[in-house]
Amino acid sequence: MKFRTNLVIGAVLFAGVVIAGIFAPWLAHTDPVMDANLMYAEEAPGSEFWFGTDAQGRDIYSRVLYGARISLTVGIVSQLINTVIGVCLGLSAGYWGGWWDDVVNGLTNMMLAIPSLIFALAIMAILNPGLTSLLIALGLTNWSFTCRLARASALSLKSQGYVQAAKVLGYGDIRIMLTQLLPNMLGPIIVIGTLGMGGAVLAEAALSFLGLGIRPPYPSWGSMLSDARDQITTAPWISIFPGLAIFVTVLGLNLLGDGLRDILDPQARTRRA
Amino acid sequence: MLSFIVRRLLQSLPIILAVAALIFVMFSVIPGTFASSMSDDGRSVLDAEVMARMNKEFGLDDPVYVRFGKYVSQLATFDLGTSFRTRQPVAHVIADRLWPTAQLAFASMLFAILIGVPLGFVAALRPGSWIDTISMIGAVSGLSLPKFWLGLLLMYLFALMLGWLPSFGYGGGDLRYLILPSIALGVAPLALLARTTRAAVLDIMNADFVRTARSKGMSESKVVRWHLTRNALVIILTTIGLQFGTVIGQAVVIEKLFSWPGLGSLLVDSVTLRDIPVVQGSILVIVLLFLLINMLVDVLCAIIDPRIKYT
Repeated sequence: MKFRTNLVIGAVLFAGVVIAGIFAPWLAHTDPVMDANLMYAEEAPGSEFWFGTDAQGRDIYSRVLYGARISLTVGIVSQLINTVIGVCLGLSAGYWGGWWDDVVNGLTNMMLAIPSLIFALAIMAILNPGLTSLLIALGLTNWSFTCRLARASALSLKSQGYVQAAKVLGYGDIRIMLTQLLPNMLGPIIVIGTLGMGGAVLAEAALSFLGLGIRPPYPSWGSMLSDARDQITTAPWISIFPGLAIFVTVLGLNLLGDGLRDILDPQARTRRA
Repeated sequence: MLSFIVRRLLQSLPIILAVAALIFVMFSVIPGTFASSMSDDGRSVLDAEVMARMNKEFGLDDPVYVRFGKYVSQLATFDLGTSFRTRQPVAHVIADRLWPTAQLAFASMLFAILIGVPLGFVAALRPGSWIDTISMIGAVSGLSLPKFWLGLLLMYLFALMLGWLPSFGYGGGDLRYLILPSIALGVAPLALLARTTRAAVLDIMNADFVRTARSKGMSESKVVRWHLTRNALVIILTTIGLQFGTVIGQAVVIEKLFSWPGLGSLLVDSVTLRDIPVVQGSILVIVLLFLLINMLVDVLCAIIDPRIKYT
């Protein structure tokens, strides 16, 4: 794919989902939870119900719009938590080294050995299903790559002349990390964060699909797909649109991440040719 | 070679212990998550006397360090405890589910390797061509597809509409039941393998030794066979190893969708029923499989590429 084409397509797709989520109350035709009407159950897509209706007669178009809010909230907030944890641990481990580096390395290796969806599932087993639990579960399971990256960057940056100069000027460790090291490693961290957001959206949908994330009647795309399984023969549109929404969101985030990598990490672009 | 394998096993030991400790802390130290979980699920109400008896039966009234000691010593003898619900040994429950999960993981990786690797090669050998563009668009899309949605669509099309394949279930090991879940699970690794193979081959195509081979007059087929393939194989194998582990983790959703009686569906059912010993055991076995596969890949890489030292 041409340079920056993926960035533009990704940005447009993601912006579309963000706009849909923000303006859902104005764009939606009905209330996504309350407006159930069995008279209109399993209506096919048409001029009145653009994406059709589900088994309870709720408008799928409105539910998909509101679902964007949940997916984006989970994607953005959980990835922010992951990034903060990963950067704090990786940056301090790389800069300070010693026993703290060994501890962080051990933690990172342990986290890398547990598949993130399985770990999130384990956390959801302890907490009760819901948005806060999801944010905690997904926010604690995917920081290891960011941590590795921040540690490697801190290791290479700490011997640079400007960091040594800051030390001579009497800057404290925390100040050096925040003002000298962090700004110089932000590019790759933003890329990993963007790509991780796509993963978080998929993980939220998977957990909700398994009944361990957002519980019905709230319109999460994953739980909508879970509900739609029983109607796949009679009303396939109930499955198609929420799935398409997940696909478009994750595709947008993946393309955006790829495009940002081309700009912020040109070496990676050369490597990928 | 043997000392390399032993060293890798010893390196994995602290990680396994750390994971075991983490799982123990998560499920055993947090108050009220074990014995009281049966009444927390809203399906049953337990009085204080029954709770006390259960705590005694499962050794939960011991101090935490005693419980942890027991837990580790049990693990050392491959004893994963007793199921909270069925009262069967967890190791037996998990052993029954391992083969279906292994079947699913192998089949989906076979599907991914057979299509993804050649696709990546073809795309790299003709950079900028239509096949390169299409395969890379396909790869990005494949990585963005929710597996369970793809599974649902495949089920609708090939099982319910066309009637070519069974829609769900294990079918007593009938291989036709394996096709749809394997495709649904294998599309993401396929996409990643195609991308990685393309990047690896493109990288090697610009290497000095390939240019030298060409300038010496070596035919293109020999360059591809002897230089490109062999050198790209280490990166491809590493990706396959990592994806194998990921597939075992991701199988949870596909197993549940297709009612596949594997480790993943056991884990989800146990989480729903709050059968904590089975949840702990399943997670530990999945982590063990993940580490084992990555160790195997390391060994294979060392065999294929003599430049990799056994250190």
